[in-house]
Amino acid sequence: MTQTPATIDFRRNTQQVPLQMPAAVQKATAKFLGTRAAVVDALGNEYWQVLRQAGHDIRLHAITYIDHYLAQAEQAVTRAGGQVHWARDAEEARRILLDIAARHRVKLAVKGKSMATEEIGLNHALQAAGIRVLETDLGEYIVQLKGVGPAHIVVPAFHLSKEEIAALFRDKLGVDAPAEAEKLTQIARMKLREEFLAAEMGISGGNFLVAETGTIVTVTNEGNGRMCTTVPPVHVAVVGIDKVVPDWESLTVLLKLLARSATGQKLSCYTQFISGPPRSEAETGPREMHLVLLDNGRTRILQTPECRETLLCIRCGACLNICPVYNNVGGYAYGYPISGPTGVIFASQILGPKLAGTLPFASTLCGACNDICPVKIPITRILLHLRRRVVEGDESEPATAPVSLRLGAWVGALALGSTGLYRLGSKLLRRLQAPFVSGGWMADLPAPLNRWTMSRPFPAFAADFRQWWRGRYGKARPE
Amino acid sequence: MAIKAQLFITCLAEQFFPDVLKRMVGLLERLGVQVGFPEEQTCCGQPFFNSGYRSQARDLAVKWLKVFGRTDGFIVSPSGSCVDMVHHHFPQLFPPGSPKHRRAVDAAARTFEFTQFLVHQLKVTDVGARFPHKVAYHASCHLLRGLSAREEPKALLQAVEGLELVPLPGEETCCGFGGSFSVIYPEVSKAMMEAKVRAIESTGAEVVAAGDAGCIMNIAGGLQKAGSPVRAMHLIEILTAGKGAS
Repeated sequence: MTQTPATIDFRRNTQQVPLQMPAAVQKATAKFLGTRAAVVDALGNEYWQVLRQAGHDIRLHAITYIDHYLAQAEQAVTRAGGQVHWARDAEEARRILLDIAARHRVKLAVKGKSMATEEIGLNHALQAAGIRVLETDLGEYIVQLKGVGPAHIVVPAFHLSKEEIAALFRDKLGVDAPAEAEKLTQIARMKLREEFLAAEMGISGGNFLVAETGTIVTVTNEGNGRMCTTVPPVHVAVVGIDKVVPDWESLTVLLKLLARSATGQKLSCYTQFISGPPRSEAETGPREMHLVLLDNGRTRILQTPECRETLLCIRCGACLNICPVYNNVGGYAYGYPISGPTGVIFASQILGPKLAGTLPFASTLCGACNDICPVKIPITRILLHLRRRVVEGDESEPATAPVSLRLGAWVGALALGSTGLYRLGSKLLRRLQAPFVSGGWMADLPAPLNRWTMSRPFPAFAADFRQWWRGRYGKARPE
Repeated sequence: MAIKAQLFITCLAEQFFPDVLKRMVGLLERLGVQVGFPEEQTCCGQPFFNSGYRSQARDLAVKWLKVFGRTDGFIVSPSGSCVDMVHHHFPQLFPPGSPKHRRAVDAAARTFEFTQFLVHQLKVTDVGARFPHKVAYHASCHLLRGLSAREEPKALLQAVEGLELVPLPGEETCCGFGGSFSVIYPEVSKAMMEAKVRAIESTGAEVVAAGDAGCIMNIAGGLQKAGSPVRAMHLIEILTAGKGAS
């Protein structure tokens, strides 16, 4: 099954955000930011900044020499008995998974949390092939039951209340579910346990891929991800090529940054290292292990120097938590499984300006994301480049903004660039605004400025400084 | 020899807050600064740069550099975001090593946001103002994160006689202005602005102060729409109030 991604209309999506969403999102993000701040404080800000710089440098080194490290990782995985597959795009990745599933006559696949599989729309493809696929991360399990995608890259169902989840369980699972977190978790655990044992294939993502030993690293809190990679007879990990890190020393720095930034933990409950399938009959675990290395536009991102650092992301979600835009719209408004600031810069490039041209503008450029990012991705700088790509085009994409907008900008810049026209404009505006002004404000302006006045009045134009200056100092005043 | 400062008045301050500019001249002169005003100046290009119109931004930057390049002394502006544009984005507009790039770097080195100019160049925090009111401070994003001015504005406010600085919840959270963002995604901008207004009202402050015209337009408009008695003011209006008023 091929999925044609639809054009993302961020504004329309923001107009359809459910009323209760922002408050639910803000409650959860405030909690994560609070615990994050506490563990960062415990380390001390100075040390934290050193770690961030180290994290940045390690990741930048890894993606700069990505060809070398991927080759090293492939060799190591192969040597350990794993099978490595290269997927140029989402379509290829899905086909690889479907082939493996077909070879093993898979009827049920269990999945650990993975943004890469969300990115390639794997669940739809498997279901279309008649394979039942079950998300086992509790949050993913909940949103899957609900029939939607993740609202957050770390905590997919964080916007749902206990009551909503209980109602969902009653409705979809036909069980008596009280609105208590522990009871709900127990219900999910009971349901999932049977499925882990029945599944013929386990699918996971990977937070990191350590090149020197070909180790897939997963960072989770529930242990369900580990069930997926250990219980079924076949394990397939889908990992973006950007996840590669040189060695274990690099990994320790990144692990220190990841859990703290994501959930405010020093380390997540389960940090799992998978270095190939069992080497002897005595070892337990899946008899077959596959690693699907996913490009899907990542090498294109690497080609644009201004945007390269997009791929440093370790998917901690801190930029979502701090982003005031995300906090007011939630994840679904972005129209892509990876949401928030890091999702915007990633999706804009993976999907291209034709489909995702509205996303680079979904930011006030406030820069809170830059400051919180544990690997120091210059998110707003990348956003500015991506806006330029939409408006003017760049080496990799032609401009997609309407000609009328570009013409308007050209006229605007011409007027603002000429002192004479600028002064004339200032005077004209003060005259033209007269019918709209009352008490220093304009409450209603015609389109497109009504997009401002729908929320608050516009201040009256009042430019008189130049006259004041002339009156005070005359024309001859030196600069 | 007197310190010289060229005013970089910025479009928004010129169009909507001319009194801030006049007061800024008065305060600088009272502090012994010789103030100049390069009259040919227009827009620094920030709105174009931030919206992706790099070539228009470059044209405006060239003009700005020409106008201010002819002057000497410091360049001082009442806007964090416009100074951030000059500091961080002008040099990005020209190929490194080119004469224009060199001019951009030189200009950036002598351009200061008003509060940073007072605190770091003039070494003044007490400007002799009196403002016996409860004031909440909103940290404008580009002043705070672009120019790293976390303490300067508050130090200046705290030195004002009679002023009670009350903490603003979410002080460092964007107010939702974001330039073109406010009209491209008006619903989100509105939600952010309303959250800011609610936070301001929760403090019991009589005045909210900020250091960038864009935020003030947005927040003042929001307060006006909400029928709030709280006034939004530019820092400079407070720093020139009362006994030392000019």
